Amino acid sequence: MQVYLDNAATTRVDKRVIQAMKPYYSKLYANASSIHLLGQRNNLDLMEAKERISKIIGGEARSIYFTSSATESNNMIVKGVALANRGGKRNKIIISEMEHPCVRESAHSLKEEGFKIEYIKPNKKGIITKAELEKIIDDKTLLVSVMMVNNEIGTINNVKQLAKLAHDHGAYFHTDAVQAVPYLEIDIKKMGIDMLSLSAHKFNGPKGVGLAYIDSKIKIKPLIVGGGQEEGLRAGTYNLPGIIGMTKALELAYNERDEYIKRVKELRDYLWKEMNKEISDLKLNGDLAKRVPANLNVMFYSIEGEAILIDLSRQGVSVSTGSACSATDLKGSYVLKSIGLDKNYLNSNVRFSLGKYNTKEEIDYTIKCLKKTVKRLRAFSPIK
Amino acid sequence: MALNYTKKTMDNFLKPKNIGQMKKADGYAQIGNMVCGDQLDFFLKVENGKIKDVKFLSFGCASNIATASVMTEKVKGMTIEEAKKYPWQKVSAELGGLPSQKQHCSVMAVQGLQKAIADYEERQKDIKETPKKKTKTTKAKRVKTKTTKAKPKATKKAKTTKKLR
Ligand SMILES: Cc1ncc(COP(=O)(O)O)c(C=O)c1O
Ligand code: FES
Repeated sequence: MQVYLDNAATTRVDKRVIQAMKPYYSKLYANASSIHLLGQRNNLDLMEAKERISKIIGGEARSIYFTSSATESNNMIVKGVALANRGGKRNKIIISEMEHPCVRESAHSLKEEGFKIEYIKPNKKGIITKAELEKIIDDKTLLVSVMMVNNEIGTINNVKQLAKLAHDHGAYFHTDAVQAVPYLEIDIKKMGIDMLSLSAHKFNGPKGVGLAYIDSKIKIKPLIVGGGQEEGLRAGTYNLPGIIGMTKALELAYNERDEYIKRVKELRDYLWKEMNKEISDLKLNGDLAKRVPANLNVMFYSIEGEAILIDLSRQGVSVSTGSACSATDLKGSYVLKSIGLDKNYLNSNVRFSLGKYNTKEEIDYTIKCLKKTVKRLRAFSPIK
Repeated sequence: MALNYTKKTMDNFLKPKNIGQMKKADGYAQIGNMVCGDQLDFFLKVENGKIKDVKFLSFGCASNIATASVMTEKVKGMTIEEAKKYPWQKVSAELGGLPSQKQHCSVMAVQGLQKAIADYEERQKDIKETPKKKTKTTKAKRVKTKTTKAKPKATKKAKTTKKLR
């Protein structure tokens, strides 16, 4: 049996999404920037895609820019805003300690441009609170970037509250909402979000398509220049099949949201309950209630996460340690460190992230395998 | 940054040799790596200057377990002097190579062995200085003598050794 429990890393593309994309490869392949009728026809589809997306996430269609990934969107936003405002009175950028590496590294790269980077600490439950932001924000702050949902432990931040605080100090607010779809309703205007990033492959859409929402009042220096696409903010021929795929995937995700959330939460809760029943000495990382219903991040005392992962994997169960991108980085997860996990526990964590196609049978099988794996590895652990 | 383990590494991870605790070891050492946080414990039994038996416990990644497994197989029967010089490159080569970020696992395994040998030699000195004690009854005083089952049951055969990214 193959059980895929790594949906926070990426997901299977929905068949209906593939159907929607197909014509744009075979018939409607014209360049959406071309002047001829075929090109202009595709341009209308592109504009319509932005309209369709803005109906779901709120905000204005013209503030949506398509990119190649959320990594690109986050680079574009964090660096782009900073570089457009270089030399001004605001030279501080605040990010949370739990941000994805693409936000962290983008922020780090700005140090040499004269920016000061400060970090908001999450609380023990894995949540970024207003009080912590309040401690470091000031009138020199240009940008605050806090993710909507953390990718490792699935915890949810109150971005509306944080955005308001940022605005009270005259700073912009960006949120990486990659892991929020479709678990949270996104309303850009209501939440007071100035900038936001999404990635299609995290919600059963294609890989290689991202989106950056950038409020039109915000000055931004483009990173990728060339043919002037996306109002000059992001050059490169429009990836129309991908864009259509992302749009369709987002619509499906939100149209079928209620039923999906109910189902995935049941499975996740069942997994957690059975795990507790069958395996001793484990601990959940991050708050159980304030997290998306697809995520579990569990510490298995006295054994190593990667060993668990590989042992499960040869039985057909795919999980991850922390995030996929940190899988080959030997150091313990910085996210778990930031929420104060004891250093003796830092190496013993596994992330289970469920998705649209998981079944109860798969969860039962996972428990069975996990039980075997933990027992085998604990039998020869020197830690008692 | 792929993490592709060879079949031999996987085999040794899934069915490690010489794993478990040893009662009355002649030499014992614990070694850890500060960066990755992994840990290995080694137990030695020495007879006539040769490694008669060696066992290990692991709190570590798959390659940590696999390297200790092949290394212990190789050094069993060696003289102390030979075992001391057993290089980590050989451990890695024995497994058909390790991913670059996993080379240190094999380094840690040989260092752990060297440390256990050093412990053995230290104990021998103690014994010479107090000749009343007989060599045979040297207690592994640094070893917690908890009697856990030595051999973990090997679970299911690895039918599919998949490549992991
Ligand atoms: C929170 C978060 N931000 C950004 C990314 C990067 O997204 P992408 O794979 O589209 O570059 C990911 C996933 O890898 C993520 O989980
Ligand atoms: S990762 Fe450090 S021993 Fe394997």
